[in-house]
Parts: sequence; structure tokens; C-alpha cells
Amino acid sequence: MTDLLDRSHLGEWGATTRDRIVVRFAGDSGDGIQLLGTETAKATALSGHDLMTLPDFPAEIRAPVGTTFGVSAYQIQFGGPEILTSGDAADVLVAFNPAALKTNLHTLRPGGLLIVDKGSLTKRGLEKAGYAADPTEDGSLAGYRMLLIDITGLTAVAVAASGVGKKQAGQSKNFWALGLVFWMFGHDRAATRGWIEAKFKKTPETAAANTAALDAGHAYGETAEIGADIALRAAPAKRTPGLYRTVTGTDAMAMGLAAVAACSGLKVSYCTYPITPASALLHVLARLRGQGVVTFQAEDEIAAVCAAVGASYAGGLGVTGSSGPGMALKAEAMGLAVAAELPLIAIDVQRAGPSTGMPTKAEQGDLTMAIHGRHGEAPCCVLAPATPSDCFDAAIEAARIAIGHMTPVIILSDAYIANAAEPWRVPDADALPDITPVFRTDPAGFQPFLRDAETLARPWVRPGTPELVHRIGGLERSADTGHISYDPANHDRMTRLRDEKIARIAETAPPARIEEGPESGDILVVGWGSTYGPLKSATRRVRARGHAVGHLHLRMLWPLPRGLEDILRSFKRIVVAEMNSGQLREIIRARFLLPAEGFNQVTGQPLKSGDVEAHVLRMLED
Amino acid sequence: MDDVIALSPASFTTDQEVRWCPGCGDYAILKGVRKALAELGRPPHEVVFVSGIGCAARFPYYVESYGFHTIHGRAAAVATGVKLASPDLDVYVVGGDGDFLSIGGNHLVHVLRRNVDVNLILLNNAIYGLTKGQASPTTLVGTPTASTPAGSADQPVNAALLALGSGGRFVARTVDTMQDHLPDMVKRAHQHKGASLLEVYQNCIVYNDDAWHGLHEKKTARDMTIRVVHGQPLTYGANGEHGLRFIAETGRFEILSTAEAGDRITVHDERNFALATALARLPAPTVLGVLYCDPAEDFTAAWGHRAPYRPLARDALQTLLTGENTWVVR
Repeated sequence: MTDLLDRSHLGEWGATTRDRIVVRFAGDSGDGIQLLGTETAKATALSGHDLMTLPDFPAEIRAPVGTTFGVSAYQIQFGGPEILTSGDAADVLVAFNPAALKTNLHTLRPGGLLIVDKGSLTKRGLEKAGYAADPTEDGSLAGYRMLLIDITGLTAVAVAASGVGKKQAGQSKNFWALGLVFWMFGHDRAATRGWIEAKFKKTPETAAANTAALDAGHAYGETAEIGADIALRAAPAKRTPGLYRTVTGTDAMAMGLAAVAACSGLKVSYCTYPITPASALLHVLARLRGQGVVTFQAEDEIAAVCAAVGASYAGGLGVTGSSGPGMALKAEAMGLAVAAELPLIAIDVQRAGPSTGMPTKAEQGDLTMAIHGRHGEAPCCVLAPATPSDCFDAAIEAARIAIGHMTPVIILSDAYIANAAEPWRVPDADALPDITPVFRTDPAGFQPFLRDAETLARPWVRPGTPELVHRIGGLERSADTGHISYDPANHDRMTRLRDEKIARIAETAPPARIEEGPESGDILVVGWGSTYGPLKSATRRVRARGHAVGHLHLRMLWPLPRGLEDILRSFKRIVVAEMNSGQLREIIRARFLLPAEGFNQVTGQPLKSGDVEAHVLRMLED
Repeated sequence: MDDVIALSPASFTTDQEVRWCPGCGDYAILKGVRKALAELGRPPHEVVFVSGIGCAARFPYYVESYGFHTIHGRAAAVATGVKLASPDLDVYVVGGDGDFLSIGGNHLVHVLRRNVDVNLILLNNAIYGLTKGQASPTTLVGTPTASTPAGSADQPVNAALLALGSGGRFVARTVDTMQDHLPDMVKRAHQHKGASLLEVYQNCIVYNDDAWHGLHEKKTARDMTIRVVHGQPLTYGANGEHGLRFIAETGRFEILSTAEAGDRITVHDERNFALATALARLPAPTVLGVLYCDPAEDFTAAWGHRAPYRPLARDALQTLLTGENTWVVR
């Protein structure tokens, strides 16, 4: 056995082959942690594992080096046969500096493997992190297995031949760690090598340095004989045969909007204003600009939604995207879209609030705002994707509803879904639905608020169509003529018509269904949005103990789907688990007069399946 | 019967009863705009009027064209979206001073600097009319209003200067009652490819009567206004007896007697930005006409050159969905 590596703190690992492994990287926000995570996810997927990731980064772009508030982390759970969450606790934590160790140690499970960059354990670094003594020496980490590796020093040696400066050597640390991790888990380096070549095409010396670091980390694993005592092997994924790739929620949403353009034949105008964590969608779509989608970076949130409304008025499909604070600003214009009965998609990538709150952290605090947060009675449709890849389907479903029912549709994503990655079976573009709108061209008997007998949708007329010139706007209009009307009875009628039009969306949308478990039983776990994985996982674990527990996950929050009440009434108790203080719970109580209970956490972090499991088990004991 | 139907102002007149106060300057503006539209010859169905909120914002209901009466201040942003989706439509944005310069000030700045090909018609009566007479961003200092009984204290904004400072490439002014001038200004604005701002001095007979003192009477208007014309000397007065000389060193004007000035009177050049800004801030005479017109690539063309729009076919979508790093599960 080589003396390259100090194995004195390793202890016993136990089984080295397991279903699932959770790895977490933590370092300075300038250390390239998110990149490290993304590349790990890609290599993991290419190695045939299922996976789910959790990027966890600060709002500061470049916080002072070595500080605890500048720590960026990336967690990935991978293995098989099916991975539903990014994992409650890490099996392996790679800490690039003392601050990362300090802030992320609690995420490592007891007995987990801790890999620390020994080169970062300087007096200054320890002080900045608030350590009085070196934690790797004072015994405070005795509950973990620990490897101290001078990643900084070894990277500097590895990249020396590439002729890059000391700064670049520091920036290649993440690739060295990536090489080591790939060795540990048996991942292939080819995809990352290709990525480096493409990314640093213009600076070949940087490409050479990063590749050298990647290879050196990998070779270190081999020469230090990191074998069964340290390395782990995860189970392969069991998935439907087909072609796969990884996607984040942002990727999937962007591709969903491109698919909307292809499936509808409409020009999709994505009008937005930069805000964390929604901006990434603009970045992806801007690169697609010209391919069915145009992007417009407006002067503010209000202009963004107004331009989207204008685009829809003109016969395109207007889409706007933002996060909570921006959605608040858009409310008036959303009301206009409701009143004028125009198709519109508004994507709310929810973040922790109120006000600026925690911009990079996830929350489900905007549900009631999405459903009710406009002046007057202004109903619209609200959807929520359950996973990153589900954003693709949510975008198409939103467009189908917006076009088919002439209404705004709000998609409630969140910071977790937007940034997390998972494998995705590449859809067959030809098999996607046709959502081509029918534009009215016939002047016979036309008035702008004639309604379809089934959906109650009004006709959509493209300006430019002869003989159909008309005026619409925010003023109340006569249900019979479309002209401005202040008639009391007409307003009452129009208010009911707008409400009924939204209610009828449920007739064409998929009905509520049990996601996991029996059709009736003791407890029904109800959720929506990004809590899907933890809730499904928790429900499975409780069921494995022999309990009659089900999981229902709402993808449409308004109107509520058909069949929901029957399912709710088939269980003795209902627990609504949310990353808010109980917004869906209140809606279910009010709507069905059912004593729904809540499981609520508002930490900015995804729910942990273990916490949900424990809660449901406690309920079963009551 | 020929397919081409001759257009008249009646072609742009709806069946809606006009609900402005009797004597409102908006009637004259509506008349002038309809005349211009008829002369421009674009059929009503290819024309869109977008407005925000206010008395002026009722405009679309009275013009036989596609019309969208939106929300306060945001018409320019909505119009930008219309152009994004359908660049070939003729788009007019009509609003008052509160709509364009207060709540919608930000959008005015940006629609101008982006040079979106829309015609912005500002009906400036220096008062909030629809909300019953509060001071507006163009209310002159000292004017008593419902919200400033002791007289407005805030400095008014100069719309033309704001437009020029925002990067607007076309700035013109006219007066509601000047039917021998207003339709031409609308036509000039329309002919300009890119964003155009036409400011119309308008009277509010109820809340700010005589808002623009002297501009509405033919007798006084001759001495109190100057109509600038590209390539023509800057002269005004009943018999053109006054002339302006632009002094480049100070950015100010000297008022000369035409008879004595000879060739010292400045000839108007629409492309001269310095001259345009000086004209825009001249307190008297009030400058009317096209102050500035210097076309540049408009919003649609600029984006079209950088990223031309193509509908997305399903096979292209498939390539996009597949991406680069895939694996096969068997």
C-alpha cells in the first residue's frame, strides 16, 4: 500500500456497493463548484446511473475569498434503480476550504467520508472560517472518515507543465477533484475532456491545464490505490429504454417553449427582466433566439409582461418569466390579460421571500399570489411542474391551455427545480401534440367576446385580418356586443363567465391521480411542485413498513383537477406538505371543507424525505 | 368594382359615441389624425392603436382600426410586444402627459432608445383630466390645481428634450387646433421608420383651460410659435418678420428682424441634434414642426440582422431536444 495517502482517519466504510450515493462538493463561490457539480452529473448519467442534483449557492457573485457566506455547494445523489431526490445527507463531502467545511459539515451523515483540501488549511483560512483550532487535528471530526489531500499543491504540480500562471493553477483545483471523484465512482472522463476542449478553445493553455488537473486527480486515485477502502460503486438506473440526456428545470423549460413554437406554429416572444433565479431561462432562450422564440429584455418587470401581452394581442404567444418580486409588479398587467382574455404564459421561478428574501433559495410562497394575487376577480390557470424535466411538459400544457382557453397561465417553478438536474428521456418531436390555434377570419356575426360553447373561450383575431377590426381593453365590456359596458347585470354575468371559463379547463386537463400507493387508506400525502421527489420517496418508505399511505401530487393548482375531492375523501387523514406555511392546505380546507393537516418547512432548502417520513409515521401513531 | 377602396376620414371613424367633454382639444386631434390616416392610405385592418389610461387613452375606441386600451403608462411596452410579434403592422400609441411622462416615463425612454417603429402621439394638456384635475408632470409652475391649490411647485418636464435625451430619432410638435399642421405632422411621424414622438399641445377646457396660453388663437399664435421646416430659415410672425439665429457657442438663439438679418437667420436642419435640443428648450416662441429627424436602424431591423426569426420545424426541434451529451438505455 502506497504512502501517498494518509489513511489513518479512514476507519471502516462498510459495504462499498450500494443503491445510492450522495456526494456533496463545497468551496468558495469562485472555485467553480457549480461547474464541478454539473460535470459530475453529466459523467454520472453517462455511466448509466439515475441522479438528482441540488445546487446550493450564495446570492453573492464573488464574496470575499474564504468567508463562510461565500461558500457554494453542489449535491448529487446517484445510483438506481430510481433516484427521486438529491439526498437527505451526504455520504461524501469534498470541502475545498475551511469555510466550506464549517458551513457544510452538517450535511454529511455520521460516518460519512470527508475529503478536505489540506493545502487550504492555513492559519488565515481557518481564522476566516471562524475556527480557533485546526478541526482536522483537534479531534472534532472524529465522527467522520477523513482524507486530507493537498489538492491545491497537487494541482499546482499537475498544471506546471502547461505554462499557466499561479492563478490558473488555483482555478484548476475543481478539475483535479473531478478527476479523483471520477476515479472513486468509476466515471468516464471523456465527456468532461470534450467539454474542456470546447469551452477553452481560445485559450489552449487553460484547456491544457484543466485537462492536466483532471487527469492528475484521476491518476492520483490510481497511484494512491484508492480502492475498496474508499471508492464506492452505485447501482445502475432502471429506466424505460430510449435516448437520454440530463436537463435542469431551466433547460427543460426553455426547450418546452421552443417545442411550443414548433407545436403551435406561433412566434413565441419571451419578454422578461433579469431577476434571480429566473434569469437563467433568458440566457438559455437568448441562445435559441431565432429558432421559434424571440427574447426581449425589457426595461422592467412591468414592461416585460406588457410586451408579452402585446405579443399575444398581435397573434403571437407572449411569455414572461420572473420570480416573486417581479410577479408582484406584473400583477396589474396580468389582470389586463384576464380582462382582455388573451393567451399568456407567466413563469414564476419562486424564491424565498418576502421582499428580496433569499434570492437563490427555493420556496413555495407564491401559490396564493398566483391564484388570487390580482385586483378584482381575475381568475387564471396555475400549473406547477413537479421535477426539472417536468418543466418541458408544463410549458406545452400551459400553451395548450392558454391558446385553447384564451387565458393567462402561471407556471410555478422554483429555485430548486430551475437549477437541479436529472436524466431525461429525449422526447420524439413528431409525437408532441399539435396546439395550433384557430384564428378567427370570418366576419359573419363577429364580436370579440363571442364564446365557444364548450370552453367559453373568445375568438382570437390577428390584427391585420380584414373586416374584423375591433377594440378591446381593460374596461368591462358587454357579453353580447363586446362594447364597453357599465351595466351592473352585465358585470355580474361577465365575472361569472370569466370564472366558469377557468373552471372548465379542468374538463380537458388530466384528472387528479394517486402518484404512489393505494387508492384509499389511512393517510394521503398531498404536494405540488418541487416537493415531488421527497414526498414520493417518503411515501414509499412508509408503505414499505406496511402502512396504507398514498401520495397525490398536483400539477394543476387552479382550477383544481377533476376527481380530486373523491381521492381526498378516500383517505382518513390528509397531510399537505409544502415549503410554505400551508397555502395549499388552506385552499383544500376552504374548497372541500376537509380537515387537511400540514407539514411545513420554510427553510429555503428542499424538503428531506426522511423528515416527511418521520412526520407521517408520527401521524400513524396518533 | 375595384379592390382598392378610397380611404377617407370616415373610413377611420367607429360607430362609438365620442365621450370627451364638449370643447376638449382631443376632438380636433382625432379629426386631424383621421385625416392623416386616410391620406397615408394604409387600410384600417393593418393599423393598430394602443393606449394606456387617461382621457387621451380613449382614442382607440374612436378610430376604426384594431385597438387595444391597456393599463396606465404601459402602452409603449404593449406596443413593443405588438411589434415583436407582428412587425408589419402600423402601430400608434396615444396617451396623455401623465400616461407618457409620469407613470409611463420609463417606457417612453426605452421605446425611444430602442427605436421601435411606433408612432407615439402625446396629447399634452398639462393636467390629469380623468382623475379630476391634479397637477401633471407638465403642469407649469404656479398653476393652481386640485392637488396644488397654492399653485404647482414642481418643474415641468420637457417632453421633446426627454425624447432627444433618450435617443429618440424623430421629435415633432404641433397644436390640437392647427388643422393645417397637425395632419402633416402625423404623416411625417408615420413616414419615419423607427420610434417617433409627436407632442400635441392640447387644451383641457374643464381642468386647465388655456393651458397653452396664446397657442390656440391664430392672431397670437403667429407671434408666439414658430413652425420649423427642414431647409427653410427659422422665421415666424404674421408676416415672417422675426427670425432666429442659432449661436453654436452658447447653444442659444438670437431673435432678429428678418428685414435686417439678411442671411444670418439659421436654416433649419432636422439632422442637427444641437439645434434640435436648443429648439426644444426655447421658452418663446414655442417651437412647432419637426424639430429632429435623423433615422437609424429600427428595433425590428436591428434584431432581424442579428438573429433572424425562423419558425421552428419539428426536425429542428428534435435536434435541439437531443442536444450533445446523450446515452442510450436498452
